[in-house]
Amino acid sequence: MTFRKYLVILAVLLSGSTGDAFLSRGMSQIGPIDVHHLGHLLTALTNPWVLIGIACLLAFMASYMTALSFADLTYVLPATAFGYVNMVAIAHFWLGEHISLTRWAGVGLIVLGVGVVAGGPARTPDRPEEGEAASTAKEANACSPDASGERA
Amino acid sequence: MRVFYTWLCIFVTTFAAAAGDVYVALAMRRIGDLGELRRRQGIASVIARVSTSGALFAGIFFMAIAFFTNLVGLSWADLSLLGPASAALTFAANAAGGKFFLHENVDRRRWIATAFVCAGVLLLARS
Repeated sequence: MTFRKYLVILAVLLSGSTGDAFLSRGMSQIGPIDVHHLGHLLTALTNPWVLIGIACLLAFMASYMTALSFADLTYVLPATAFGYVNMVAIAHFWLGEHISLTRWAGVGLIVLGVGVVAGGPARTPDRPEEGEAASTAKEANACSPDASGERA
Repeated sequence: MRVFYTWLCIFVTTFAAAAGDVYVALAMRRIGDLGELRRRQGIASVIARVSTSGALFAGIFFMAIAFFTNLVGLSWADLSLLGPASAALTFAANAAGGKFFLHENVDRRRWIATAFVCAGVLLLARS
């Protein structure tokens, strides 16, 4: 794992938790949506908080796809769970919410889980599908006379 | 009835989110490391590969279902219940999906990490 890859993981956890917080604020302004009038969901798309939340979640999606391109799903998900700690930190230090001991215990368990998974390998080795793009590039380089000239 | 709808939303969100995650992970594994690909073949190649991946669009479809179900759920219940409950269930579902569908090496370390995160998320849900 390089520094750039850790930055991608950081972007996943920050954009996801921030997006959820904005969406929550927007939906609390809109109020309950009747199950028989689900079309009212579209009006949520005019709420600025929902729109900012969607923008954050688009950033989340881009960084999440990048993270999954170099690490396993079962590595990325626990590693990005640190976003919940970020959410609690925002609630405590920015919104001034009281965080109970139970919630701090939950934060501690998540940190422990992230620490456990972060110490292991990010990718399952020896998969035939893995590095399809890299192998295609290698084949292209091998066939290219320019590339062999550069190597020589 | 509201409680029933809330939990229905949580379960639909969990299923759709896990299916979306597994499909997106499958697509990105087939495409390869985006950073490496960009360095070797340029950004146009990255965009072409990503935009023609069927598994990726299947994943985005399921994620969209999870997103809208989550929105409906948020209008009925607090984020402090809906978020952690669906997240904890999704973590467990994804660990199983990673092992059985993606054939990832979900070793003891990853199961322990998933269990710690699930327990932590559930504790966060308790007010």
